[in-house]
Amino acid sequence: MKNILKISYSIIFLLAATLAVNAAEKVDLLKTDWSFKGLFGKFDRGALQRGYQVYSEVCAGCHSMKYVSYRNLSEPGGPEFSEEQAKTIAANFEVTDGPNNDGEMFVRPAKLSDKFVMPFENVKAAQAANGGAYPPDMSVLAKARSGGVDYIYSVLLGYEDPPSGVTLDDGVYYNKYMYGNKIKMSQPLMDNAVEYSDGTKASEEQMAKDVTTFLMWAAEPHLESRHKMGFKAILYLIILTILVYFSMKKIWSRIESEV
Amino acid sequence: MSDHEYVPSSKFGKWFNDRLPLLSLASHLTDYPTPKNLNYWWTFGGILTFCLITQIVTGLTLAMHYIAHADMAFESVEHIMRDVNYGWLIRYIHANGASMFFLAVYIHIFRSLFYGSYKSPREIIWIIGIIIYLLMMAAAFMGYVLPWGQMSFWGATVITNLFSAIPLVGEGIVNWLWGGYSVDNPTLTRFFTLHYLIPFLILGLVVLHIWALHVPGNNNPVGIDVKKPSKDTVPFHPYIVIKDAFALLMFMIVFAFFVFYSPNILGHADNYIEANPMVTPAHIVPEWYLLPFYAILRSVPDKLMGVVAMLSAILILAALPWLDTSKIRSAVFRPLYKQFYWILVVDVLVLGYVGAMPAEGLYLLIARVATAYYFIHFLIILPILGFKEKTIPLPLSITEPVLGGMPIASAVKKKESLN
Repeated sequence: MKNILKISYSIIFLLAATLAVNAAEKVDLLKTDWSFKGLFGKFDRGALQRGYQVYSEVCAGCHSMKYVSYRNLSEPGGPEFSEEQAKTIAANFEVTDGPNNDGEMFVRPAKLSDKFVMPFENVKAAQAANGGAYPPDMSVLAKARSGGVDYIYSVLLGYEDPPSGVTLDDGVYYNKYMYGNKIKMSQPLMDNAVEYSDGTKASEEQMAKDVTTFLMWAAEPHLESRHKMGFKAILYLIILTILVYFSMKKIWSRIESEV
Repeated sequence: MSDHEYVPSSKFGKWFNDRLPLLSLASHLTDYPTPKNLNYWWTFGGILTFCLITQIVTGLTLAMHYIAHADMAFESVEHIMRDVNYGWLIRYIHANGASMFFLAVYIHIFRSLFYGSYKSPREIIWIIGIIIYLLMMAAAFMGYVLPWGQMSFWGATVITNLFSAIPLVGEGIVNWLWGGYSVDNPTLTRFFTLHYLIPFLILGLVVLHIWALHVPGNNNPVGIDVKKPSKDTVPFHPYIVIKDAFALLMFMIVFAFFVFYSPNILGHADNYIEANPMVTPAHIVPEWYLLPFYAILRSVPDKLMGVVAMLSAILILAALPWLDTSKIRSAVFRPLYKQFYWILVVDVLVLGYVGAMPAEGLYLLIARVATAYYFIHFLIILPILGFKEKTIPLPLSITEPVLGGMPIASAVKKKESLN
């Protein structure tokens, strides 16, 4: 057993070293309870639905989400809108399809199988409309920033008046948590920026939490099944390990030696 | 190869075995006499085989869905993550599998360093191992380029640019590697091809590695030759098989924890941003397992000398059997070497840490000291130590020790308690 202890120590040591490397980059971000963290973490269905509302009413004017499809909105593990609701959401958007049998392109309402319609044709158009800054695609944004959801949540709530001595150009805002503290997006969330249909009070913090939860789901749509499967897989491995341990003891007891 | 002639019991078995002695091989593998005092550090060979097979199987599956094209690679990875059945699982196993592979290979290498497994008559095993390690680094680096994220693109740019340090032909070689004048689609497609090829080269070398191992047999914690087969050895099956299985399962629990609960912690967030040749990330860092060598590269002010230092740091290991002049294998009987060994371990960890930090100020100074020490250890300390060190007398056999080192003491104690 002493040997096993040794192996454990060294693994922990290596992991701690990696974590220390990652931790060194972080500033103190705002923290909140995320329902999707931990061994049994799941998305809060209400938060996902409200988050979609914030995304579509506040963010989607500038930020695309090109890898997510409308059908995902009704799939298990996500916001779980009914299929009818998802169809209605999709139908609000128009996509260019074709060519038809006459060789013409045509515009039709979006279907469940379509990807989220992008607010701009391309990156250049997005930049032109946003003072030269490209509003990043939000499909995997929650995984694309160190600090992840905590970072996004903090940036959404991190708008402040610049400290004295910091001068900002036109169209540039001061944000406590943004890398370099300068951001070209104006403060997106003010109290009651949206009206939640479920009666939740649309405070700045509430909206930031909801939309960040939605972004995490968009980046990791299979998070819930991953957590569920992980628990089963690890439990299975632990039981098997115990069985194999006793088999090993039994086999080695045939000869006089310590395993 | 076999220690005794194996005769199959069935008529067909004998007919087949006379033409292709697969049954003799299987018999050799199950009977293979293994020192019975092997500790858990010896289980990582089996664990590494598991890692290689896992990478090949998950990699083949990913290759069925991945598109090696600069405009589509990132999107196809997202397709795998979202729409392919259990694609997220396969990709996370493959991505974290690379880290687990390196974790295991570093333990395997440092075990060899501690117990002197590289020494005569096992030099060839060791050198094949170093070649495998080099190929692993190449495969891992090229694999990291395939998702075509920001770190993929800029990592590829930095590493391929190293070749430009070669005098006269450097620029030409870099353009030849790229297949153009910058890292672009031709680079991606050739990296994909090589990333697909290398694991099979590794597989072939692993066969040679094990073959070469089966000629002299395993080293052991006491580091003395064992007579085989004798009461110092046990047959590989079932004794070592069950022990390897137990260790592998422990390893898989750690592996599963990463895959299911923190699949992205060992990666870099920037790699979820699609490659953009116009935007350079603030810090370009390789994956954790390459950091010590990255630190050595950056600690030398001259580009060419930096590349030479980095390559030497790996190739020097191949010369280790001749740099280490001590006849005693196991550090258990080498009180001074044991201490230098642990200092080297810390030194490499420090190199890894500063490799992740910006190359400036205190970090750069630390990197230089640690790099210098790394080479001093192999080029100066080890050759001298073999002549100067006063070693502890070796026992006559691993079961009947005359004088005690650490593992012997516990065996003696056990014997006493039995009497």
